[in-house]
Formats: sequence, structure tokens, C-alpha cells
Amino acid sequence: MKLLAQTYADIVVVVPTGRLDHDHCDDFQAGLQPHLEAAARDGRGIVLDLSGLDYVSSAGLRCFMLAARQAGAKGGKIVLAALRPVVAEIFQISRFDMLFEIFPSVREALAALSAPAAAAFDQG
Amino acid sequence: MRVRFWGTRGSMPVSLTWRDLRDRLAQVLVLANRRQLDSVEKATAFVEHELDFSLGKTFGGHSSCVEFEAGSDEYFVCDMGSGALPFGAHVLARQSGRAATVNIFMSHMHWDHLMGFPFFRPAYVPGNRIRIHGCHAALEHAFRLQQDPPCFPVPFSQLRATIEFIHLDPRKTHEIGGVRVTPNLQFHSGDSYGFRFERDGKSFVYSTDSEHKLDDSKETARIVGFFRGADLVIFDAMYSLAEAVSVKADWGHSSNVVGVELCQMARAKKLALFHHEPANDDTAIARILRDARRLEELTRGAQALEVVAAYDGLEIDL
Repeated sequence: MKLLAQTYADIVVVVPTGRLDHDHCDDFQAGLQPHLEAAARDGRGIVLDLSGLDYVSSAGLRCFMLAARQAGAKGGKIVLAALRPVVAEIFQISRFDMLFEIFPSVREALAALSAPAAAAFDQG
Repeated sequence: MRVRFWGTRGSMPVSLTWRDLRDRLAQVLVLANRRQLDSVEKATAFVEHELDFSLGKTFGGHSSCVEFEAGSDEYFVCDMGSGALPFGAHVLARQSGRAATVNIFMSHMHWDHLMGFPFFRPAYVPGNRIRIHGCHAALEHAFRLQQDPPCFPVPFSQLRATIEFIHLDPRKTHEIGGVRVTPNLQFHSGDSYGFRFERDGKSFVYSTDSEHKLDDSKETARIVGFFRGADLVIFDAMYSLAEAVSVKADWGHSSNVVGVELCQMARAKKLALFHHEPANDDTAIARILRDARRLEELTRGAQALEVVAAYDGLEIDL
């Protein structure tokens, strides 16, 4: 799984693409780990931009939860943004929408976490 | 084979309260306003065809007890939850005084799966033969213990049926009363076992009180193999996935989401959501079913999976 990342002030936006199921969980976790460590070290928040995610299975949802737990243990925070309709529905069905803060867009997620990050996003 | 659900509730029996019933009746009366329901037949048809299940019926409240008919004179039943009470009445009525042979398969001995046995009236009738099968070493001890003082007034030794305890090796397939029976170890406090039953080319799996961890592909493959191609999988869907992997992790139960995924991987034909959370009312269980069906639709491959929610009294022909 390919993980793109872009930093806006004190927030990093990570973009997983494709499918997140049992076969891709290890790749996702390995790809996210440096961002989790950097976020813990530098006090950054993480936005997972899910606009490129086609599907997430129960195993993939568990990966999100483990990442959030790891970030939370260091005082950090992960929020989700821009879910495609199918993925949003899977979050509702699994009740994972109760475990995460979910925003309609990356811009709104950044604004909720950090004004400087939202400003940096607006500046492109 | 015909599968008949006598008890579908997890952890402890529940029932509708008078408030539940009053509120439901009030809603139905409003819906029936200005309808010409001037006979029991018309009213029954209205309830049957025009009301939501969670308004016109109930999933029920007896704890785990699932019978299956295998085309022989013997009875077969999984677990002895409180559903064993109506199941016992069914056996006596059908036998009309003739001796019965009842094969019981115990997933484990937690109380909600055992509590109905002291109220299973065929156990009190001389001439009946009751064969209790299970994989736990403490199988007989648990049955006797729950009828010891001060827990119950009738000790196990006073039961008049011929009662045998039969240990099943979980590594083997067994031939019991013309049915192939394969146990399967499951993750649950104190261990539980699922059972796969096969006869005449039909198969169903009884898999309750089983938490399916999502981080072990080998274990997932083992479970998928156990479910493979089953005509019916009865599956512990007690919690939401979010609960099962967070606050209720290691509590030994699964979710509707994991049930759909495992059955899709196994190419099973039908999934029956089972072991309903006792805190969930009929509306909540109906929503869990609706969600599971929608997930199946969203993720369907070449073969559709039919999803139902088990309720007390449901019969499924395979």
C-alpha cells in the first residue's frame, strides 16, 4: 500500500490508497509508523485522508484503532477525513464512527485540529 | 436437515416488559387505524405482512439452544440454555409417551448454555436416553454441579433418564446418530468449541461464544476452512465490531461484520446472526441485521450470502 504524506504546520496528512484489508495491514502499519513516531516526538497531530481508500475490512479498521491507540498513548491524536461513501458506510456499520472523529474534508479536519495547519493548507 | 432455534439470546435470558408490550401495542393500533381488521385472520395477515419484525414479532429471549432434525428418530441439539425448556416440551409432545434419544452437543459450560438442563423434562422420564457430547474435561462435573445444593432442589442423581457423557476428541470427525460431527476449538474464556454437522450433502456450523481475532491470518484461515461451503453458519454476533476490538476485546464474542467477512471468505450460503446481546431490544437487533445485509451487499463477490438474524422459533430448512 502506498502512503503519501504532506505536512501542514503541526499536522501531517497521510493518504492511504487502494484497499486496506488483511493483506495490506502490515504495509499500512509499517508506512504509518514513521509518522506516528514523528507525531509523538514533535507533538504533531495526524489526519488520515481516506479519499483514496476504496475499501476497508475489519482487519483494516483494527489497524486504524491500533494507530489511534498508539498515538493517544503519546498524547497525540488521529482524525479521519474525506471518506468515500462506501468506506463511510463501513465505518457506520462497524460503529467505528463512534471511535473516531471523522470530517467531511481534509480542510475541515485541519481546521478542527490547528489553525496554523488550516492556514498552511489554504496557502497551498 | 431442519434447524430450529429454541433460544438465541446471549449471556442471559430476557423478555419484553409490560412497558415494551404496551408501547408496541400502541404503535400498532395507530398503524391499524381505519383499517378494516374485523377478523383474527385479517389482523394476523396485517401483523405478518405489513409490520416490521421488531414491531409485530420479537427475536425472543431464551438463551442458546438450537435443535436440528437429521431425518432419524433421534433428537440433536446444541447447548442447553433456557431454550431447553420449550425444546423439552416439544420432545415430550412429539414422542407421545415413546422413549426418546436426545444427542446434546455442548459448546462450553458457561451458565447461559447450561441453565436449561434442570428444566429439560425429558431428563426426568425413565426410558429416555440422553447423550451429552462435548470436548471439555469438566463436562459431567458442570452438569452435576449446577444441580447441587444450594443451587437447585433436584440433584442430578434423581434424573430418571439414562444419561451418558461422551467426550469428543476435537481433532477428529465423529459419526453420531448418522451425522458427521466435527468440533473446532474457539477463542473464549475457558475455551469453547464450534461444531460442524454434515448429513446427506448438507452442512451447517454452530459457532457461538467465539471471538475471532483479526491479526492472525493462520487462525482466520483455520476458521474459514471450518466454515467452508456450509449451507448455514450460526454465528456469535453479540457486539459491534468497534466494541469487539476495543472495550470488549478478549470478552470472547464477535460481530456481525466479522460474521459476514468469514462467511464470504468461506463461501458459505447462509449466515444466521446469533447470541444476541441481552441489552439489545428488537429494534437494535433489527438494525444489526440490516447493517450486516448492507455490508454483504457492499462487499459481495461472485456468490451472494443470505443473512438472517436468528429468533426463538425460527426454522431453517437446508
